[in-house]
Amino acid sequence: MITPLDDFLAAAVRTATPLALAALGECITERSGVINIGLEGAIICGAFAATVTAGAVGGSSGVAAGFAAGAVAGVLVTLLFMLFTVYLRADQIITGTAITLFALGLTGLLYKTVYGTTGVGLTIPTTGELPIPGLSQLPVVGRAFFAQPLVTYGLYLVVPLLAWWFARTHAGLALRATGESPDAALAAGVQPRRVQALAVLTGGAFAGVAGATLVLAQSGTFVEGMSAGKGFIAIAIVVLGRWSPIGVAGAALLFGGASALQYLFQSLGWREVPYQLFLALPYVLTLLVLARASARAQAPAALARRELTLG
Amino acid sequence: MTATPTSSVLAANVGREGRGALGQVAQVATLVAITMGLLVLLLAVTGYDPATALRALARGAFGSWYAFTSATLVRAIPLALTGLAVALAFRAGLLNIGAEGQLLAGATATAAVLGASGAVPPLLSLPLALAAGMAAGALWAGIAALLRQRFGVLEVISTIMLNFVALYAVGWLVRGPLQEPTRIYPQSASLAKALQLPVLLPGTRLHLGVLLAVSLAVALWWWQRATAGGFRLRAVGMNPHAAATIGRVDVARVSLLAFLASGALAGLGGAVELTGVTYALYENLSPGYGYTAIAVALLARLNPVGVLGTAVLFGALQAGANAMQRDAGVPIALVNVVEAVLILLVIASDRLRGTRAEATA
Repeated sequence: MITPLDDFLAAAVRTATPLALAALGECITERSGVINIGLEGAIICGAFAATVTAGAVGGSSGVAAGFAAGAVAGVLVTLLFMLFTVYLRADQIITGTAITLFALGLTGLLYKTVYGTTGVGLTIPTTGELPIPGLSQLPVVGRAFFAQPLVTYGLYLVVPLLAWWFARTHAGLALRATGESPDAALAAGVQPRRVQALAVLTGGAFAGVAGATLVLAQSGTFVEGMSAGKGFIAIAIVVLGRWSPIGVAGAALLFGGASALQYLFQSLGWREVPYQLFLALPYVLTLLVLARASARAQAPAALARRELTLG
Repeated sequence: MTATPTSSVLAANVGREGRGALGQVAQVATLVAITMGLLVLLLAVTGYDPATALRALARGAFGSWYAFTSATLVRAIPLALTGLAVALAFRAGLLNIGAEGQLLAGATATAAVLGASGAVPPLLSLPLALAAGMAAGALWAGIAALLRQRFGVLEVISTIMLNFVALYAVGWLVRGPLQEPTRIYPQSASLAKALQLPVLLPGTRLHLGVLLAVSLAVALWWWQRATAGGFRLRAVGMNPHAAATIGRVDVARVSLLAFLASGALAGLGGAVELTGVTYALYENLSPGYGYTAIAVALLARLNPVGVLGTAVLFGALQAGANAMQRDAGVPIALVNVVEAVLILLVIASDRLRGTRAEATA
């Protein structure tokens, strides 16, 4: 028997998935010393590319193609951000804001151009839940964690892998060194510019997949501005998760839970509480979390620094 | 403490002074020309006829006296007020991206005050309502200012989050406490004629707000150039560390006041839009004026008088875009792309020139 709590937990994990993806990508980017406020732009571009591609290809291969297209679109729009910030050394915050506005406008324009005023037909293939036999039968956590789309299971692999990669590999060390002290990294034979370029683009790919997830694993359609601030929430998640992949995954779950609260209260019949309160909750939570976590957070020392090296 | 990145570089670069006014106008003209080129390209690529679309754009923005005053200039008013808000904050090194939320807060407070004003004579209640709008904008910005100073929260993120919260708050208010008496439409009651801002030119929709925007712009320009307070603001924006150690400026105080003043300007934008154009509060009151304001401020190089010019430019672009959608079927979103491209061009041109200057120094 499925209880309201089961529904709530499943919804929490489902809404946490794209947030976790975008935040993990941003985690990689920020560890290299770059803060990508344009994350929101990469998410919406990923969502749009996934919609168009999945619709055009169709079928289950359409879903795979949609995810791939989302990643590519995320990388492409982030490439613009990367050229401005890593190579022109322009202000990261203001460039990121411009990229977000650019991406929101562009996807809105292309959406109307491709689909006209009628909107997307309901022909986009989506990925259904894939319950894992046995595990999904576990009490409380079973359905929440083991009856989800494939992309959520992907996270179960990516999170520990990334933690290991940061801590134990040479490339991970080079990334962290670039974010903490580009000068020291340079002296040790690392090329900070190249590291930052790769880290930023990888973050873009993650955000693009997050956008694809919004469409292919959740809403099944594209809506203008559907990223709705998730890129900015993801940046808050990175702060709360203290720039560690496992912390980021946990923080994303918290935000997924906050977004899913509305379903819980709906099923409990709490109709007198205005639904706008639940819609606003993730944004208020972001503010509270940042207020609590920012003051004592240990950000990469060279984060958002414009001058890359002293030399 | 999380990185509160020094946006001083922004004030130093984007708000660069010392170039002649003529040179600045020439540079803006170049950027606009490039943008128009991009616009034509974008239209052609997305399959619209550029000639038809641009004709509609020009007609919608400048085609007649009515179009210019009632479409272009009426849109330029909230753009100028929010543009001044963004320019003031950026000048102090504060990246206030929340003009949209502060505008909504201002419009909400104005609607609430006017809704409750009852028997108070309009000559008193209207200024009171505009002041309430400014206070509400300042208060909404004050949350972000507090979060920044007490907890080191990046103001870009907090102001964006507050934009969403403001939007949902308005959504609730116009279906709850502030809903019109019949309780059918999600909006507040329409303002009585006496509570509306007077129309300035008979036969048009141009309202008194335009005088407010122009006089505030001139006052801010003078204040920044000629007063000690203006100098402190610019000093903090250029280099807060130097301002504190050499100039003995209370950086926290200057930042807080600048953030509050920025919010008040944006709040006034909302108050003026409500009393001069929409006459009621509803969710889609602003078509993103607070976001366009970023382009308005940056293209004006944060110069308050320049903001008036770029506000008219973007007002024309938005008025034209409406005609373009009606007559040529081109989506309005095109304007957002153009705005963002302009911002990126400003950043790129500054960086390229900056790098050249560094290389030759």
